[in-house]
Order: sequence, then structure tokens, then C-alpha cells
Amino acid sequence: MNDALKIDTIDRQIINALQGGFPICDEPFKKVSSWFGIKADELIRRIDALQQQGLLSRFGPLYNSERLGGAVTLAALSVPEERFDEVNDMVNAHRQVAHNYARTHKLNMWFVIATETPEEIDEVIDRIETETGLKVYNCPKEHEYFIGLRLEL
Amino acid sequence: MNMHFDINTDTLDLALLEAIQDGLPLTSRPFADIAKQLFLTEEEIIGRFERLQNAGIIKRFGLVLQHRPLGFRANAMVVWDVPDEEVDAVAERITAHDFVTLCYCRARRAPVWQYNLYCMIHGREREIVEGQIAQLKQAADLVRYPTTTLFSTRAFKQTGARFSPSTQRAKPAP
Repeated sequence: MNDALKIDTIDRQIINALQGGFPICDEPFKKVSSWFGIKADELIRRIDALQQQGLLSRFGPLYNSERLGGAVTLAALSVPEERFDEVNDMVNAHRQVAHNYARTHKLNMWFVIATETPEEIDEVIDRIETETGLKVYNCPKEHEYFIGLRLEL
Repeated sequence: MNMHFDINTDTLDLALLEAIQDGLPLTSRPFADIAKQLFLTEEEIIGRFERLQNAGIIKRFGLVLQHRPLGFRANAMVVWDVPDEEVDAVAERITAHDFVTLCYCRARRAPVWQYNLYCMIHGREREIVEGQIAQLKQAADLVRYPTTTLFSTRAFKQTGARFSPSTQRAKPAP
């Protein structure tokens, strides 16, 4: 565990519990604060502090963007090591690129493209190919089996 | 394949989703605050959110973590080449393991990329994640399938998919 993190046991309990869901009701913070033995205003203050420390990307809904007409895909590039930073900047400059990771493989750059329409995925890929001169390997999702994505602290 | 019943999202739903795309207000009555912003009642906002969640348009409400600052730096994408007719059964064996955070089937890109089944494992120590992968391969009977593991070495962007109908409207015609 990173020792520099300024979080205590209650923060950990909050993180572990609230990844799984949050009630939709008039006073949701009040409703769940008792799980942690604190008052609603302290829960709000703690969530705000976690956000200020950059530990949360968001406190809110996770959308199913495909069901809103949007599209998401995972794509990869095989980037020569000496061009990695340059290509990385080109890829990340697209606002539709949501995540981008360097990975240990010949296909060494993997990024998620999220767009408002399915057609826009192809447009973004075409632009990245033109800008970088590299082939984009598009690996669209065929089926989602599990998206737990919960981490225990 | 659609596991949810279909509902039509109207303009107000879209306005609602846009209003909270950066997060729920951190206030004692967050839905009342959104209601004020959109000139609706708190009850109506709560009803619409419940409907969007029941319809699967909102997958989940809650904390979305930044993995790396929390010490989860060992992020493995493990992939297999599994015959199409076996994928569902294999995925079921993989997702039975609670250290697996995501599992997808994706299109192959032969000959460069032969793999179609993906799972993600997020951990703090690479050695521990490697142990979990070895355990998974044995326990889920995956040893016969071609596989590779891609650890992430750097994360460059972690903004998450954003919902932005206004940018769509603002986009110039092609």
C-alpha cells in the first residue's frame, strides 16, 4: 500500500462499500453514513477529500453508453519505441480516447475510444491512422461477461 | 443480445445525464439540487434516475476509483484464443474468480492478434497478480488455449467515457 495516501480505516470502508452502489433517494448520504458510524456531512466531507486527493475519478453514475446510442471500442497500435511519446500525444489529443495504456506486447499501446455514434469510431480510427502512419487494430466487444471492477482496500 | 427491456430516453433524461456526468452533487439532497437546476421536482428526478437504472442505461451509481494512486499498479490484461463455441463456458469459469475485474469477448485481428477472450486483473504487486493468473489457468482449465499476458507499464489517460450530447449538437456538419 502506498504510505503517502492520507486515508484512514473509515475512508477504506467508504471506498469498499460505495463502489457497489448508492441509493437513489432524497437523502442518500444520510442513509448510508450510518454504515460507517458517521454523520452525513462527514461522509460528504470525506468523499470530497478523496476526490481532492485524486483517488476518485468520479462519484456518480456509470453509463451504458451503447444504450444511449454511443459506441465504445478497444484498439491497439504497434508503436516503434523511439516514436512512442510522439504517437502517444497524437492518440491522446483525440477527446474520444478515454483510456490509454502502454502494455508489454508487440501491440504496445492499447486505448479505449468512446464516441456518441458508432460511425464516429471509424472516423477516429481513420484519423489516428493518417496522423501516425500506423495501422490501428480495432477489437470491438462482442460480449461482456463481467464488469465487477471493484477493488478491495 | 439485450438483457434489459427497452425504454425511450427523452430530452429530459439526456439533460439529466449531462447534468451529473461529472458526478452527483456532494450535498445533503443531491437530487433536489439537480431538480432546481433543471426546473423539475426532486421526486421526478429520483423517479427518472430509478427508471434509467432499472433499464440498465445507468449501470451503477457509486464511487469510480483511480486505480494507480490507490496503489493498484499491477494491471494485467490476460487474453486467450478460445474456439467461438467454447467462449461462453470458458468465460463462466473465469468470472467465478473474485480477483477478476472484467471479462469480455472481442473480435480477433489475425494474423497479428489471434486472441478473443480478455480478462483484467488489478493488483498492487505484480508477483501476486502473476500468481493469480497461474491459479486461474489451472482452476478454470485454460491450459490448452493459446494465451498471453499484457501488463500495463504506464497509464496516459483515464478520463472514462463521457456523456456529452451538447458536444454532439455543437459539432459542425461533415
